Amino acid sequence: MKLYLKIWRQKDASSPGKIVDYTLDGVEGDMSFLEMLDILNEDLIAKGEEPVEFDHDCREGICGTCSLQINGEPHGPDRLVTTCQLHMRKFNDGDTIVIEPFRANAFPVIKDLIVDRSAFDRIQQAGGYISVNTSGNTVDANCIPINKHAADEAMDAATCIGCGACVAACKNASAMLFTSAKVSQFALLPQGRVEAVERVQNMVRQMDLEGFGNCTNTGACEVECPKGISLTNIARMNREYLSASVKG
Amino acid sequence: MGILDSKIPSGPLADKWTKHKNDINLVNPANKRNIDIIVVGTGLAGGAAAATLAELGYNVKTFCYQDSPRRAHSIAAQGGINAAKNYQGDGDSNYRLFYDTIKGGDYRSREANVYRLAEVSGNIIDQCVAQGVPFAREYGGMLDNRSFGGVLVSRTFYAKGQTGQQLLLGAYAAMNRQINRGKIQSFTRHEMMDLVLVDGKARGIIARDLVSGEIERHSAHAVVLATGGYGNVFFLSTNAMGSNVMAAWRAHRKGAFFANPCFTQIHPTCIPVSGEHQSKLTLMSESLRNDGRIWVPKKMEDAVAIREGRLKPTQIAEEDRDYYLERRYPAFGNLVPRDVASRAAKERCDAGFGVNKTGEAVYLDFASAIKRYGKEKALTSGIKNPDEATIIKLGEEVIEAKYGNLFQMYEKIVDENPYKTPMKIYPAVHYTMGGLWVDYNLQTTIPGCYAAGEANFSDHGANRLGASALMQGLADGYFVLPYTIGDYLSSDIRTGKIPTDSKEFEEAEKQVRERMEKLMSGSGIHSVDYYHKKLGKIMWNKCGMARNAKGLEEAIKEISELRKDFWENVKVTGSIESKNQELEKAGRVADFLELGELFAKDALHRNESCGGHFREEYQTEEGEALRDDKNFKYVAAWEYVGEPKDAKLHKEDLVYENIELKTRSYK
Repeated sequence: MKLYLKIWRQKDASSPGKIVDYTLDGVEGDMSFLEMLDILNEDLIAKGEEPVEFDHDCREGICGTCSLQINGEPHGPDRLVTTCQLHMRKFNDGDTIVIEPFRANAFPVIKDLIVDRSAFDRIQQAGGYISVNTSGNTVDANCIPINKHAADEAMDAATCIGCGACVAACKNASAMLFTSAKVSQFALLPQGRVEAVERVQNMVRQMDLEGFGNCTNTGACEVECPKGISLTNIARMNREYLSASVKG
Repeated sequence: MGILDSKIPSGPLADKWTKHKNDINLVNPANKRNIDIIVVGTGLAGGAAAATLAELGYNVKTFCYQDSPRRAHSIAAQGGINAAKNYQGDGDSNYRLFYDTIKGGDYRSREANVYRLAEVSGNIIDQCVAQGVPFAREYGGMLDNRSFGGVLVSRTFYAKGQTGQQLLLGAYAAMNRQINRGKIQSFTRHEMMDLVLVDGKARGIIARDLVSGEIERHSAHAVVLATGGYGNVFFLSTNAMGSNVMAAWRAHRKGAFFANPCFTQIHPTCIPVSGEHQSKLTLMSESLRNDGRIWVPKKMEDAVAIREGRLKPTQIAEEDRDYYLERRYPAFGNLVPRDVASRAAKERCDAGFGVNKTGEAVYLDFASAIKRYGKEKALTSGIKNPDEATIIKLGEEVIEAKYGNLFQMYEKIVDENPYKTPMKIYPAVHYTMGGLWVDYNLQTTIPGCYAAGEANFSDHGANRLGASALMQGLADGYFVLPYTIGDYLSSDIRTGKIPTDSKEFEEAEKQVRERMEKLMSGSGIHSVDYYHKKLGKIMWNKCGMARNAKGLEEAIKEISELRKDFWENVKVTGSIESKNQELEKAGRVADFLELGELFAKDALHRNESCGGHFREEYQTEEGEALRDDKNFKYVAAWEYVGEPKDAKLHKEDLVYENIELKTRSYK
């Protein structure tokens, strides 16, 4: 198929960017979206132009590196997939596709379609862990029986890949879904309860410092999340935060 | 034993590690604060090592090329992690895990290292649970297990099909705790360009900031390389696009021996290649072989009809299917080790029974598991005499609960519903058992340079068992390195900070700059990917699942020529002083072009078949691997002396005191 691409090009963080038009022929349905961009880049290199830079790594939907706002949606039109698993069979011959970086003040553009998501790391560093030494000298794993439903729910929250689609989808550029996924995982497990008060306070404080917006319950994040992280996690984080504020 | 000293402690196998820990030197807490350690790579091995070393009090700097430590490729491991907990009471023990690993590795790994791995395996699970890793549980609240290939017990712990992700996020969280304390400085989007040696010891690295393009010097008292494997030498593999051999290869060029490069794992259950545009291959977890049955049609005309689209797999009667693994290996059936399953698939496809357009695919079928689980579920749900449709519906629900994310992934990629029609799978490059040679302390042949996880060669011999990579990465990082590195650093307490303005750093930086300038100055005919794909084709066709002397000799020559062509004619766009993904790729491919040649040389010299290394000249009448313990019971450690084809061989003889060498049989 033949596609008309409108791609955001930006030399570096301090230069202004703009949309550039490209036409690409010979795209097949079995290609992934990133393989389509690979072909475009091979064409550009052959012409002596600089290829379009985009983040990607595992190309199997788990590392969370790939991003891309495709026709206005983070990770494109398909549901529950990252851009690397989006296949061109979801598009038609003659389509125009607009490709932009994830947009948020807290995610500054580095080059072309690559953004800086280190704010996410700093939120995790503020409290996204259980303060246990890694010596291995803990209790036997089966000494902490955990209700299967709680374990399953914690697992569902823990599957967040930290891609930032929730932020890119949100009109407020809120990172509540991301932050709440980690808060929830630990809030649901007995090991995590011990530091629950400090954790939620520290992570929320960092989230605000990074310049992410607040949640106004639109729910776009849940719809666009490639891993189906539930909005319930935000409710749980709000409850944790409120009760932490009371406990002080 | 020559210059290779494995430093295996004396004493009975089961006591070696405890004895060693009691014997080695320690660094007191106040002195640890004056010692710097660099950890390159933040996957399971690197992340775990960084967190633990920082927690002990050392000053740690971590480096990863990804934009966050959480994205290291350990994240993609699906099925699980082994540990000899014997929670199922099915006869598991440290010895049995040790035995299975040695046998699975076709008797080409070191007894003492493997026993230590088994010994600390249980601790890993304890540690991870304490960190909040949400492993799968039974209704009673206890941890659940499943089975993996090559073993007769259930010792694999898992978190759905995302075990690697959950374990890595555990290590990442442990790192974050130390970053928050200021004990780890994390350098993301940084690539190690070279290792710096001062007075023969590893004392730092030259790194490139991948955003600004700046070249940086970083010094330390020791350097840990936890940079993963080199599967991307094949271009198409299940590795991440950025996975590369640069750090290990740079260390190799500076004096670290490279061991058993030809021991590569071809994983049997991956989604087949669909076309020339393909950039990577996707694994379907080995856990699927717990319930999936692998087959091809018995009759050639059926295989042809399927390939031509005239017949569907569901139309082939039970008696016309060849469940070739169950036929050839009745004891282990579909759960034979990976090398055996891969070769068996290749054998059937080479014989013309492949089931996709290219003839390179076999079926992985869940129909009988769906029926079996459906019947069971109907019984436990109180449904008497359920009809076929109810059974299938219930069975599909059970399968979805177990493997839902894998089935979804398959459907997204292939556009077929694996609940209704069998999956098509084919072997693909997945893991490299070979790597930097290390002694019992995980130190390479360069003092102060350590290698952990997939980057070293030590534990898996010629074939790795499923769910053992996660175990080894975490064992090395959490429980081995933190002890052994202290022994080395105890002599460094008076050294003081290593300066970065020495002539050694200057020289190393100069070489890095010159190399990049050379990469940028090619004539500009072909892109980096063009060369990478060409290299991949040579590797897959001549150094892949089956190898022979003629092909390997050709490969050595072709790779050498390709490398020359690359340096003359590669086209790298952009500039050195800015973000430049083409330049990043070019540096990595340049090293693959050297490693590939050594790989072929190693495969050519090893005149036997063992594990993942199958030489067509050395096979039994039934087509099984024919090992030669008399002549090849050793680790081949290669010393860099210039061109890879001139590398010098050093042998570490493998001594088996606790296990009797046998022909590996899974029949």
